[in-house]
Amino acid sequence: MHIAVCIKQVPDTKNVRIDPDTHTLVRQGVESIINPFDLFAVEAALKIKDETQATITVLTMGPPQADEALRDALSRGVDDAVLLSDRAFAGSDTWATSTTLAAAVRKMGDVDVVLCGKQAVDGDTAQVGPEMATFLDMPYATFVKKIEVLDGSALKISRQTDEGVEIWKLPTPCLLTVIKEVGEPRLPSLRHKMRAKKATIPVWGVADLGLAPENVGLSGSFTQVVRVFSPPRRTDRVLIQGPIEEQVEQLFRHLKESKVPGL
Amino acid sequence: MKAIVDRQKCTVCGVCTDVCPFGAISLKETFIEISDECTLCGMCVDTCEFGALSLPEVGTGPAEDLASYKGVWVFAEWREGTIHQVSYELLSAGRKLADKRGVKLSAVLLGHRLDQSIQEELVSYGADVVYVVDHPELAHFRDEAYSKAVVELIRQKKPEILLAGATSMGRSFIPRVAALVKTGLTADCTELDISEEGLMLQTRPAFGGNIMATIVCPNRRPQMATVRPKVMRPEKMKDHQGRVERMALPEECFKSRVEVLQVIPEQDQTAKLTEADIIVSGGRGLRKSENFSIIEELAQLIKGAVGASRGAVEEGWIAPSHQVGQTGRTVAPTLYMAVGIAGAIQHVVGMQGSKVIVAVNKDPQAPIFDVATYGVVADLFEFMPAFIRKIKQERGESS
Ligand SMILES: Cc1cc2nc3c(=O)[nH]c(=O)nc-3n(C[C@H](O)[C@H](O)[C@H](O)COP(=O)(O)OP(=O)(O)OC[C@H]3O[C@@H](n4cnc5c(N)ncnc54)[C@H](O)[C@@H]3O)c2cc1C
Ligand code: SF4
Ligand code: SF4
Repeated sequence: MHIAVCIKQVPDTKNVRIDPDTHTLVRQGVESIINPFDLFAVEAALKIKDETQATITVLTMGPPQADEALRDALSRGVDDAVLLSDRAFAGSDTWATSTTLAAAVRKMGDVDVVLCGKQAVDGDTAQVGPEMATFLDMPYATFVKKIEVLDGSALKISRQTDEGVEIWKLPTPCLLTVIKEVGEPRLPSLRHKMRAKKATIPVWGVADLGLAPENVGLSGSFTQVVRVFSPPRRTDRVLIQGPIEEQVEQLFRHLKESKVPGL
Repeated sequence: MKAIVDRQKCTVCGVCTDVCPFGAISLKETFIEISDECTLCGMCVDTCEFGALSLPEVGTGPAEDLASYKGVWVFAEWREGTIHQVSYELLSAGRKLADKRGVKLSAVLLGHRLDQSIQEELVSYGADVVYVVDHPELAHFRDEAYSKAVVELIRQKKPEILLAGATSMGRSFIPRVAALVKTGLTADCTELDISEEGLMLQTRPAFGGNIMATIVCPNRRPQMATVRPKVMRPEKMKDHQGRVERMALPEECFKSRVEVLQVIPEQDQTAKLTEADIIVSGGRGLRKSENFSIIEELAQLIKGAVGASRGAVEEGWIAPSHQVGQTGRTVAPTLYMAVGIAGAIQHVVGMQGSKVIVAVNKDPQAPIFDVATYGVVADLFEFMPAFIRKIKQERGESS
């Protein structure tokens, strides 16, 4: 079984913000990390590999620095990595991103399962997985928490919805987007770290993927960001201090005035 | 391709150079220069007061007459006999867009053995037309069948806008619809408006809620968005009239390669976090498992759901399904009470959309106070029992 895992390098969101005074994006101290949900996808693939014969390839579309993210995945036990990098990919929305990733999976040829994180924590769209599956004409399941390989040609999965849990059977090839419950990511091992360091990672561009430049990047995107701003701050903040009984009275009064239900 | 500078307009003030997260803009003596590092992220465009920065145009896709697309559609999310609340919220939001455009508002209802009363309810929230597709294969949700059915309806009727709830269902199958009809999709919007020219302005949080972005889809139709539940206000329109149109679609639309083996509704009602109107959440500050009963007691008293920080979940005090935050659920109740929760950004991104936030924490420096409407600086073991007593006492007096 060949598993492709799509990972995205993202800025560590806790440090991304807009300076309230200058209205500019603060980039100081913003590190790049692997999107947390994609580490769960890597872990899910490794779990399948623990139990069956599987080869895992990680893919990322990003600038040349995204190479780091791929080596991190290799150091956790993933077999191969491919970097999709080309100036022409700049400005991709989810449509263009998934077109590009789908082309890479197609080029790999023999992929049985594609794993993605539930969503990337920067864009937060959760659209890339489903859109990519559509372009690959694969069935898919989102919010997957458990994966069982039935035989060579089908998977049984559990997915978490707002209403509960659903158990589905999907034929391979298929695509899954996973959530935290698939398992805590394992740590890099020394042996794999050595291998990751030495690995040569192929870089595929527009031409390698057989895509037309007008179908990728900004030209292949249909959505456009027209304005970026910081969320309105809460101006109504009240700090309640003092003796407990007074605090209780105050909070109770405030909540009554705010007409919150339940009281 | 990179961001475009209009040198006629640029005053070389230098403001934009600090904004670019990729350090792509450099200030020269008489002009600014954008390097190949530019990722076309768009961050700089809005910061230039002089309107000197812009992005190249997005793609147009296959040539098509955009003006032939008319009307606003709302996907009515039907599950096991009931309509998700978000659909009513969207009808009210969609009504405003439709009125501004002077077009019809329609609801799209898919399912099996659909009740007449549901269609009436959709009309009462502002739908002029309800398109109904009733088919056994739609009894259980599956991405393939649902998306093919919606795509077929879009091809036949050509709406200019399609809205759906950013629920687990909407966020799962709507991307497939967008991919199939070859149009842009904006995820998880919290604000919608429409421009004179009929461009839907879709505003949404990104970077874990630290930044808001307004997104448009200029060259494709329909313009599609999923919208976060509990953000728009549902408004009933008493005497509103609408009609129902039953649609028969080709059998091919209902085929799916997925087999639904089992649907297990969440046993524990209190875990239904995303739909709760009140949530009481506990964190590491509770110190041990037994103390979670304080949270449960208050939640029960004020008819709320029980939430938790990742800390509390990791300690094993409560099941992971209760976790609020980046790797848990995103919630936006009317009242959110964070008790003994520090307020790490990963938690905050999952609850900052709540209308009223109460934080109880003994550390006045705790970051949770930055987002709390009412911040109670107190030892929770003293405050909570007293607060619970107060509520009981008030109820005793008034009843
Ligand atoms: C402020 C802002 C708002 C935006 N809003 C929208 C929007 O509403 N609609 C829209 O179409 N685009 C939007 N974009 C663009 C969007 O962020 C990019 O298209 C992004 O590259 C892919 O979307 P995502 O990060 O949301 O991925 P998600 O769909 O959230 O990611 C799901 C999974 O897909 C895989 N994946 C995603 N990206 C990559 C990659 N580059 N390489 C490998 N695997 C990947 C990962 O497995 C990931 O876990 C926005 C961009 C910005 C800056
Ligand atoms: S902010 Fe505008 S005016 Fe100032 S340097 Fe940048 S492009 Fe020129
Ligand atoms: S579009 Fe983004 S990357 Fe390009 S110059 Fe502007 S801020 Fe920098």
